[in-house]
Amino acid sequence: MAVAGLRALLALSAVALLAACGGSPADGEPAPSRLPQVVEVVLDEQGRPEPSLLAERQVLLRGNGEEPQTLDPHLAEGVPAANILRDLFEGLTTTAPDGRIIPGAAIHWDISRDGLTYTFYLDPAGRWSNGDPVTAADFVWSWQRVVDPSTGAAYARMLAPVVNAEAILSAERPPEDLGVTALNDTTFQVQLSSPTPYFLGLLTHPTTFPVHQASLETYGSAHVRPGNLVSNGAFVLDDWQVRSRIDVVRNPHFRLVDEVLIEQVTFFPFEDENTEFNRFRAGDLHWTYQVPSNQFRWLEQNMAEALHVSPWFGTYFFSFNLTREPFRDSVELRQALNLAIDREILTQRVTRFGEIPTFTLVPPGLPDYQPPEPEHAEWTQAEREARARELYARAGFSDSNPLVVELRYNTSENHRKIAVAVAAMWKQTLGVQTRLVNEEFRVFLQNRAQRRVTQVFRSGWIGDYQDAFTFLELFHSEHGRNDAGYNNPRFDRLLDQIASERIPSRRRNLMVEAERMLLADQVILPVFTYVTKRLVDPRLQGWQENVMDQHLSRHMFLVRERTVDVAPAETADDQENPTEDETES
Amino acid sequence: MLNYSLKRLASAIPTLFLLITFAFFLIRIAPGGPFDGERALPPDIEANLAAKYHLDEPLPMQYLRYLWQIVRLDFGPSFHYLDWTVNDLIAQGAPVSFTLGGLALLLALAIGIPIGAWAALRQNRPGDYAVMSIAMVGISIPNFVVAPLLILLFAISLGWLPAGGWEFSPSRMVLPVITLALPMIAYIARITRGSMIEVLRSSFIRTARAKGLPEKEILFNHALKPALLPVISYLGPAAAGILTGSVVVERIFTIPGIGSYFVQGALNRDYTLVMGVVILYGILIILFNYLVDLIYAWLDPRIRYDDQEAGA
Repeated sequence: MAVAGLRALLALSAVALLAACGGSPADGEPAPSRLPQVVEVVLDEQGRPEPSLLAERQVLLRGNGEEPQTLDPHLAEGVPAANILRDLFEGLTTTAPDGRIIPGAAIHWDISRDGLTYTFYLDPAGRWSNGDPVTAADFVWSWQRVVDPSTGAAYARMLAPVVNAEAILSAERPPEDLGVTALNDTTFQVQLSSPTPYFLGLLTHPTTFPVHQASLETYGSAHVRPGNLVSNGAFVLDDWQVRSRIDVVRNPHFRLVDEVLIEQVTFFPFEDENTEFNRFRAGDLHWTYQVPSNQFRWLEQNMAEALHVSPWFGTYFFSFNLTREPFRDSVELRQALNLAIDREILTQRVTRFGEIPTFTLVPPGLPDYQPPEPEHAEWTQAEREARARELYARAGFSDSNPLVVELRYNTSENHRKIAVAVAAMWKQTLGVQTRLVNEEFRVFLQNRAQRRVTQVFRSGWIGDYQDAFTFLELFHSEHGRNDAGYNNPRFDRLLDQIASERIPSRRRNLMVEAERMLLADQVILPVFTYVTKRLVDPRLQGWQENVMDQHLSRHMFLVRERTVDVAPAETADDQENPTEDETES
Repeated sequence: MLNYSLKRLASAIPTLFLLITFAFFLIRIAPGGPFDGERALPPDIEANLAAKYHLDEPLPMQYLRYLWQIVRLDFGPSFHYLDWTVNDLIAQGAPVSFTLGGLALLLALAIGIPIGAWAALRQNRPGDYAVMSIAMVGISIPNFVVAPLLILLFAISLGWLPAGGWEFSPSRMVLPVITLALPMIAYIARITRGSMIEVLRSSFIRTARAKGLPEKEILFNHALKPALLPVISYLGPAAAGILTGSVVVERIFTIPGIGSYFVQGALNRDYTLVMGVVILYGILIILFNYLVDLIYAWLDPRIRYDDQEAGA
């Protein structure tokens, strides 16, 4: 260490000189790709890897976005926290590497014929990390805690389909009235107020995870500190250094502990994607949370085997404020603006990460829902633009009387680039004069919600559960995030019908009808389907892309590097060192 | 001396009080609140959260409540990092920032002062020009350029040092400390040079030379001490700044110091956290300015704070 430090000091003058000349080492030859070469993985008949292939240290180092706000599964929000919580806790159901819903704490379940009663049979081997059995009563207590308004659970509405949940959330009934019962120690029954086909999918969300009642009562809000946190998942919290690292280690009491190969996962928070990228290149991470958006070409050329870009369950769109001029009464104008933008150019030249152009709200990829593409999805861009000009003129605008509009977005390099491109397209095709308004995130959210100053604004949504309804419900006239101010009684009625429809095919048709209505009213201007983009070290196996972007460390393992010619092996050694420093402390 | 110290301490209290008051109301003016998010909260839950953190009370009431907390050294719960109090967060982050900042400060002094003095002795000669040009470059290149360059060279190309992350180990401190110290080295070198040139021209140095004192003694005993006065004045606020961490360096090297809390806290509307770091920064500034004054007296025999008392 000391030697390394000294060397660095000596070489410092060299850097100062380089910097002085304005040349950056990055500009010249790209640094060699140092991805390790790995052995070929052979799985035995149970789908487990040959032990001889496994790396000696099963310590997974994972970049994980921003520091989680909390590790209380009921209070947590955001993807980074959910990633950690899915390793620490286990819901009634859980996800396979490909995103399929598989049994979790409940090994099987019955659904009544009316779809309203779910009976879950818990795994009798289920244990908390302190050895206590996981019981049906734990789930009853935990779910009551979620809907109790005094808990302040951000995602409490996930349990809205359960009988009385809404009334409890609005403090009209006590939490004990929630439609959940422990029939015996291992049988947990849930009564739903309407059939909810996506209910099993909701159970993979941290809000529905059980928490350990006794430790909550002992430690209060400090129950999530390392040493206090008792969890029922494959891993248990070992150490938490705020904004530095969160270590979880294999839970010896986990019901399937014999199947878990990873011994420890360290989650590193990053505030900056370039920093994370550098750490990956230096060999400090097996898996990044994102990749710098301006590095796509370099990555494709140099780290193609590590780069994983896959469709995500989310849509990037712009919304129109329908409560104010100029968009309130002019569907033609909204349609014109929608048709005038070229999504191919936006995704291929501006965002450039393989985002998928879209004309619909609900992203593709749902097993039993096909978003209704509007007619213009099939047109050429020239046809769309011709139609856009026609509609623009019909809405009463022309070159001498152009539309002057504000396009609002929150501070981010990507949002800015997209907004600039959209404004240029509107200008070129229609002659619209766009003023770009950039706001800090919370100011932006407040302005959106108040609907006073907004005209066109950036929106985006990542589905919370695997069902089209997670997107459609946003536009209910009373939804808290209906910032467009869409207020269509027919649409609201459709949503209510969907919520109570029991026959899956009819429910699906109603959802298609609702989405079609929303698109025909041009409440939004869909742009593209989000993709997840990340770097995964080839040594990390058992990792698969999936549309819900849920990846449980318990399915993964690290394999050995192939011993090849001298040069690459040397670099591989170099990058092993910092990794070990990382995990030993 | 004691009298002077007490006076300084007494004047610090109204300063801090004003700082707390301004900061408290300024951050509340910013639109949006700590619990606003892309997903809207059910109204009852929002009301409960507001009640839990006393955000439903009138602002003056909240202000008084906060003052009462501060008096008991309780900075309150963080509104963003729900599992931690502001005291926890500062207790975890401050040692990191203090270590890094302290080392950077020492490094800057150890390199900056000799370089500056050396340049002063070679005033307007090639050595002087060379050193001062490099110093100018050091001041002008921002650390968000220097830091990635250092990482590319030492962590990625050479693989000698880690690319970031934090623990109390020398290998992880080298790059961030150098990044933090570089501009300070340059400043200190320039200030030292300037004041050293001035001192060397003054009459007491001429006297010392006339007395035939050895050049070494003149430089170290007579010239350097007064020449350091401007450096010390620069160090007061600079030390407070560097010890409370650097947003840029923390971000690029993923260091869990308290510098980022100024920015993150403000963006998250984490009122209590922002207040906590602002108060800490305020206390450090006051403290270091006081220390600077004391060191002045020690370095310059003409400055004495108990003169009035002695004269009275």
